[in-house]
Amino acid sequence: MSGRLKSIGLRVLQAVPVVIGVVVVSFVLTRALPGDPAVYFAGAAADEQSIQQIREALGLDKSLLQQFLIYVGDLLHGDFGQSIMTGQPVADDLIRKLPASLELTLLALCMSCGLAVPLGIMAARNPGSLQDHLCRMVVTAGVSLPTFFTGVLLIYVFYYLLGWAPSPLGRLDFIYIEPDTVTGFYLIDSAIIGDWEVFFGALKQLALPAITLALFTMAPIARMTRAAMLSVLSSDFIRTARAAGLTERKVLYGYALRNALLPVVTTLGMVFSFTLGANVLVEKVFAWPGIGSYAVEALVASDYAAVQGFVLSMALLFVALNLIIDISYSLIDPRIGFEAR
Amino acid sequence: MSDTTTSPRRQALAHFAYVMRDNPVTFLAFAMFAAFVLMALFGPALVPYDPLASDASKALQPPSASHWFGTDNLGRDVFSRVIVATRLDLTISVAAVALSFVFGSILGAVAGYWGGWLDAVLNRVLDTIMAFPLFVLAMGIVAALGNTVENIVYATAIINLPFYARLVRAEVNIRREAGFVQAAKLSGESDISILARQIFPNALPPMMVQISLNLGWAILNAAGLSFIGLGVRPPEAEWGIMVAEGANFIISGEWWLALFPGLWLMMAVFTFNLMGDGLRDLVDPRRRT
Amino acid sequence: MLELRNLGVTFQTRKGPVEAVRDVSLKLAKGESLGIVGESGSGKSVTSYALMRILDRGGSITAGDVTYSGIDLRRAAERDMLDVRGREISMIFQNPRAALNPIRKVGAQIEDVLRRHAQATRYDARAKAIAALEAVRIRDAEARYEAYPFELSGGMCQRVVIAIALACDPRLLIADEPTTGLDITTQKTVMDLIRELSAERQMSTITITHDLGLAAEYCDRIVVMKDGALVEEGTPEALFSNARHPYTRKLIAATPRLNASIRELLPADTRTPYRPSRSDGETLLKVRDLVKTFQGKSGPVQAVKGVSFDLTQGTSLALVGESGCGKSTLSSMLTRLLDPTLGQIEFDGEDLGAVPARNFARHPRRRDIQMVFQDATDSLNPRFTAAQSIAAPLRKIAKLRGTALKNRVAELADQVGLPQSLLHRFPHQLSGGQKARVGIARAIALNPKLLILDEPTAALDVSIQAVVLNLLADLRADLGMTYIFVSHDLQVVRMLCDQVLVMQAGEIVERGATAHVMDAPQHPLTRSLIEATPKLPSTAFEDPIKEVAE
Repeated sequence: MSGRLKSIGLRVLQAVPVVIGVVVVSFVLTRALPGDPAVYFAGAAADEQSIQQIREALGLDKSLLQQFLIYVGDLLHGDFGQSIMTGQPVADDLIRKLPASLELTLLALCMSCGLAVPLGIMAARNPGSLQDHLCRMVVTAGVSLPTFFTGVLLIYVFYYLLGWAPSPLGRLDFIYIEPDTVTGFYLIDSAIIGDWEVFFGALKQLALPAITLALFTMAPIARMTRAAMLSVLSSDFIRTARAAGLTERKVLYGYALRNALLPVVTTLGMVFSFTLGANVLVEKVFAWPGIGSYAVEALVASDYAAVQGFVLSMALLFVALNLIIDISYSLIDPRIGFEAR
Repeated sequence: MSDTTTSPRRQALAHFAYVMRDNPVTFLAFAMFAAFVLMALFGPALVPYDPLASDASKALQPPSASHWFGTDNLGRDVFSRVIVATRLDLTISVAAVALSFVFGSILGAVAGYWGGWLDAVLNRVLDTIMAFPLFVLAMGIVAALGNTVENIVYATAIINLPFYARLVRAEVNIRREAGFVQAAKLSGESDISILARQIFPNALPPMMVQISLNLGWAILNAAGLSFIGLGVRPPEAEWGIMVAEGANFIISGEWWLALFPGLWLMMAVFTFNLMGDGLRDLVDPRRRT
Repeated sequence: MLELRNLGVTFQTRKGPVEAVRDVSLKLAKGESLGIVGESGSGKSVTSYALMRILDRGGSITAGDVTYSGIDLRRAAERDMLDVRGREISMIFQNPRAALNPIRKVGAQIEDVLRRHAQATRYDARAKAIAALEAVRIRDAEARYEAYPFELSGGMCQRVVIAIALACDPRLLIADEPTTGLDITTQKTVMDLIRELSAERQMSTITITHDLGLAAEYCDRIVVMKDGALVEEGTPEALFSNARHPYTRKLIAATPRLNASIRELLPADTRTPYRPSRSDGETLLKVRDLVKTFQGKSGPVQAVKGVSFDLTQGTSLALVGESGCGKSTLSSMLTRLLDPTLGQIEFDGEDLGAVPARNFARHPRRRDIQMVFQDATDSLNPRFTAAQSIAAPLRKIAKLRGTALKNRVAELADQVGLPQSLLHRFPHQLSGGQKARVGIARAIALNPKLLILDEPTAALDVSIQAVVLNLLADLRADLGMTYIFVSHDLQVVRMLCDQVLVMQAGEIVERGATAHVMDAPQHPLTRSLIEATPKLPSTAFEDPIKEVAE
């Protein structure tokens, strides 16, 4: 066990240089590029005088190293800069809009895992069968679909043609009142106070964007599950288990799936990366008031502090998610601590 | 070198024909790829209308015999725009993937073969790139560098680089101690020659699958960036922008504006994804019989 | 108890159905131990999978009957088969480490089987699992219960696999190559354990092996399989003294044994007169205090601890030891692929140990020291044809080009008995024996003075091993090479080598003339190595040459 704790500690330590790297890249993207950063930060409509003011305010007359230290100092205080668009600190904006994005992303991931893992298992059990071909089709089509296009198609079919879905504008139709903020997730907040009308209203709004994201992320999960299950099912210890008369259920779920889930868990990191990226596009299509839409609006308004704050916070979020994935991996796999010992 | 009965070129052609015959899906993928290349090369010369010419009197017409894919809100012919856009989208993805393939392979091969501090530094750099959700990093890069097609190419190349570097590094690493590498050392081959002639070609089959996936992914990425207003700018014809513009009309039922460019985009990505296995079979000698 | 009648197994492949087993009939009595012997692809494993009904995808029993204690196993419902497997008939496999679930405690894996067959309840499962571990003579079973497979040695894993197989007291145990990949002393302990346990429980066993010697030592009765069919059956004594089928004779002749010369491994009609090799008595290689230290995770590890020896030109030296004894590290240093930490390697009067391995590729002595690798498949670049592989040293070092190169490659192919028509093939299109020949041709291409052979026949079937060993002996005589032969097989060493070094934990523990060391071993390791080698029945061929020639 001590070996395992040590390896978890090592993994946490490994995240440190990555975080430093992320901050450096983010600094480089903001300040150290050719061109005058003051012009970026002043926005499109700035005149010569205000640019000069901003240059002094940002400390751009100082050396790069000094600028970097100031930048890091600001970050440590949670200061991501000021948004031109909203006039608020970028950090406040991001925190306010994060729950909307997380609710969408997490629901989509749960949906895609819930579908993709059984699909992958089914395909691996009967390679070459109908289910296997179905799985391969879903996988190939899934990665080929541009999320923004899927979203548009779904809106056309389910909103314009069938009229099943509400208008694709935001988290909740204006006829409902927003639930009090506890977690910031409308589904959870409304369930807590037992307001099922709002719950279903929010669910209706969530359905199409979540399906769009889920379709996109299903592919890598299903493919990995299938490949991992196939390789585990052909390994020697499965034959031992079968020869010992263990039931098919025990062999499949008790022995094979647990081993196969290890590589699937590692791909989850990649899937998160795809999801967080695709999230931006989906939010734009469905006018979802999350941080993705915020970033797109900031881009249009040339609000660079907001854009860079978004990029940095997404990177930090992603580093944290990867850390969680790796730690849970080392908890599942007994071999991890052994190697570090 | 010893085989003089058939020339290498003829052997390669025979192998190509064999792979095509062996798997109809591969054949379909290569045929579709050829069609896209033809569209990219000759599209602008063949389309019936000027993709940029607007005509207010013909705005928002549904598909008809004269306008196969209908017209957009400015009366431009959607069919002509979709075909003409092929060249731009294909160029972006091929250029980006070529850049990341070349640089990623070199970095990964060197790090995987010699290891040491070089490997450690490369790994930290790759970790940092991978620490960003990749599309978000591309957004940040294009936003910082400026809104141009070249910058889309660079941004896409940078976010794809870790995949090649990691793949090549792993493939080189497992073969570094292989028997045939030791045998090559006994045959007096230098390290560079071993890396280039013995090890790297063996990493090609899995690389081919990666290339085809990334080509599709690069197109999606570029179109996605254009969709949110980064990179290619209107009125230039590009699939991502066309879907973005068409999306505004979807809730009023003018489906053809977004559908056709989106369909073309999807087919291009689909083609690249299907090509992967075929490309791998082409470069894998174990497939030859 | 068990009866197979005209069993046939067919696999559906993309190229159509392939008959893996045909018309196999055999009987097994209670308490009897049967050996199924055959080379790779003979269908011996498939037969056992078929009777357990655990054939891989695409395989099915297409003919015959399998009866076990009156139950028709071919037609039994899958539900009934589940009760037979592990309860009535158990099976153990080769590569024990892979045969265990890597992320489950070994104790829990035993419990799974016990609970499945209602041999234990939730409350006493742990105690019974520990008892099962104790039954296979695992010391400190209580602690081992908590272990994961990766924490155990190969031999220990095989005991756990046996514990799982025997947990429910089955009446028949099938062992499929149970000792492949294990050291020879471990092989002996595992086989002795199986014999002991089956005697205790009056259990029948079927041992499937490629090693005729092993089967002869541990089985009451042996059947020989070839190409999916049964060719001969009998007690070991009867089989060895009076084999009727030519294939059995060939197999028996090819099995290395005491007092046989290397030529006697070959079928009589392919034997040529033995060609002795000559030595000029000069010392070719002088190794002094050679040390190799690796940087391990928990501090430095000494793989080779101060080895010294001399090697006379034209002789052959064997390097013997169990896995992990440092013999591969030593041979890598001698081939100058690895730099020694300390010590000298003096070759032909020149100190080569001082030349860094990195620069040795361009050293003029590179052509004089060559190597044949253990795994022929791994040592050939999959993208190079046989001709390209053989030509590589000729191009790089001898700078041969064009026709000269082509002629030399053809000449080498003839020398190692590789048909010219195979030269343009890729490794995956060649058989194991052919790949071994390509590797040998490449190694001798530059007429090296010293050839290091790293278990060159370990992956080959015995009949092919016999041919390759003879080829190596002839090449040494013809080309006047000096050999260092790395091996774990003392019988093979005895036939091929003049001198022997026995290594243990990085040190040489015994050295001397091969015959002397083997007849009067001094060190306990040497003794246990010799003792662990399976013995052929005493009746085996008093004069095998005549017997076969008649």
